[in-house]
Amino acid sequence: MFATVEGARSAWESIVAHALRSFLTTLGIAIGVASVVAVIGLMQGMQASIAAQFEGLGGNSLSIAAFTPVEDRLKGKVARLTPDDLDRIAERVDGIASITPLLSLPLQAMAEMRHGTQVAFAAIQGTTHTYQQVYNAYVQSGRFLSPTDDQRRRRVCVLGEKTRENLGLEDPIGAYVEMGGEWLKVVRIMESRGELFGISQDDYALLPYSTLRSMNDPLADTDIAIQVAIAEGADRTAVKARITQLLRHGHGLQPGEPDDFDIQSPEQISAAFGQIGTALTAVVASIVGISLVVGGIGIMNIMLVSVVERTREIGILKALGATRRQILMQFLIEALALAVLGGAVGLAVGFGLAAAVTALVPSLPPAAVPLWAVALSLGFSGLVGVAFGILPASQAANLHPIEALRYE
Amino acid sequence: MALIEMNGIRKSYAMGGQRVDALRQVDLAIESNEYVAIVGSSGSGKSTLMHIIGCLDTPSAGNYRLNGQDVEQLGEIELASIRNREVGFVFQSFNLLARADALRNVMQPLIYRGVGFGARRRMALAALAQVGLSDRAEHRPNQLSGGQRQRVAIARALVASPSILLADEPTGNLDALATEQVMALFDALHAQGHTVIVVTHEAEIAAHCQRVIELVDGRARSGSG
Repeated sequence: MFATVEGARSAWESIVAHALRSFLTTLGIAIGVASVVAVIGLMQGMQASIAAQFEGLGGNSLSIAAFTPVEDRLKGKVARLTPDDLDRIAERVDGIASITPLLSLPLQAMAEMRHGTQVAFAAIQGTTHTYQQVYNAYVQSGRFLSPTDDQRRRRVCVLGEKTRENLGLEDPIGAYVEMGGEWLKVVRIMESRGELFGISQDDYALLPYSTLRSMNDPLADTDIAIQVAIAEGADRTAVKARITQLLRHGHGLQPGEPDDFDIQSPEQISAAFGQIGTALTAVVASIVGISLVVGGIGIMNIMLVSVVERTREIGILKALGATRRQILMQFLIEALALAVLGGAVGLAVGFGLAAAVTALVPSLPPAAVPLWAVALSLGFSGLVGVAFGILPASQAANLHPIEALRYE
Repeated sequence: MALIEMNGIRKSYAMGGQRVDALRQVDLAIESNEYVAIVGSSGSGKSTLMHIIGCLDTPSAGNYRLNGQDVEQLGEIELASIRNREVGFVFQSFNLLARADALRNVMQPLIYRGVGFGARRRMALAALAQVGLSDRAEHRPNQLSGGQRQRVAIARALVASPSILLADEPTGNLDALATEQVMALFDALHAQGHTVIVVTHEAEIAAHCQRVIELVDGRARSGSG
């Protein structure tokens, strides 16, 4: 303990005595750590924001969509989920709080909408009143789609905030917008969901499911996606198994044939994103690890020069009674201090960099530097300092006192 | 029992494949509170002898007892501890730490004894007062004159209360006035009960001492002062 305190004291004196040199020496480590911290901060911020987005999908829900294996697609077969599937699940699966169909326009996700002279492209989906429960989506103004809208195929729509803006609707509720030759009455504007990767999540229009079906060519094969909210207390795995069984039966699949649909929970999707994020973080971290090693070599180099330069000083210290171990500790602590100092500077710069990037690029979510990244970068800097400080320090420690004293 | 007892000390170096004997046969004894000059022409081995006395180096052969301890048996850590506790070095070229002020220089040996900062400071200030440099504690070596630097070095040698003060040509780099002051300081320290050994080639310096040991061709010839 005493040796460590004294080593730190003399390391500090020596670092301050050569302030500029110390700064340049630590630059390599500082840059390395700064880039680690900035990148991890941005990645973590993004992951946190993705997680928050998926929260909006409803914590306990399942997404069912048709899935065509690649071989079948090559054969021209396309799997579909049909309104019959929707009815089947709605009627025969227990433990479902609400079930929502999502109908897209055939072959296109976006459609042109007009209001006066304003033209906007928006993602169009047909759905029912249950959408609100399943997606935890909330009203900004007006009313949501009602069951009677669906039954009567009313020409009404609900707009996302961004679509309202694009259409230049100042007073949207009750206004009429044109889509595909039909006039739709706007009944509601949805609360803003913000941006994800710079893409607005508010550029969409929701129509009653049956309305959109009737607007499509009635003969066209319909493919829908189904969103299911699971009732409180119900077992998601059991619900999923029951749906799988129903759909396989309904689609006439033989045992051994693969499912022609895919059931996903938000956790699965968010976990997939999480895995991508983790892999990216690991790649970046290892690249930066290399830069830390380079920084460590810089420290070793300067320490070696410093040992030669201070040969006489080392001789004096030995004459005054310093042991080999004490000299070793002094130089090792100096290398460690240089590295950790660089790490600390890098940490501050990295925080600043991440904050600056998120401030300059508005579509990026705020950066979040986790504590483990702070600990890891400081710890790794220290490790680099010790690893690359050992050679110069032992060189200093092993100097013969008389030869060191005679050194000019 | 003498403070320093040397019997048959030999020190040889390998130089260019040849063995060179710096010391051939040194037998000497120095008592506590003696004031001894070790003289000799250049190349007579007096620096080597001083290094061995100060435990900076170990003899190739012979027996050296310092304060009753067999030195040639000791390992690196024990030798460092002896240098720290038993010996106070004063060098011709001062050998102060350039980066540290006078106070820090004097405090330095106490670090290796494990003395805490506060106590270290107190002891160092007392040692600086002893050499009359209390008002120079904050000065760095390059802000001090040669005589002052050597007095700081003496304070540093004194601070750990060693058994021996070992000075190697302490006035070699000093002018007449500073030489006078430094030697007066050694005289005073001897009068206070310190054991002082001065290695020198100057007769005037040796004249301050009670006893002169002359080194000729690696052999010691002891006279009395």
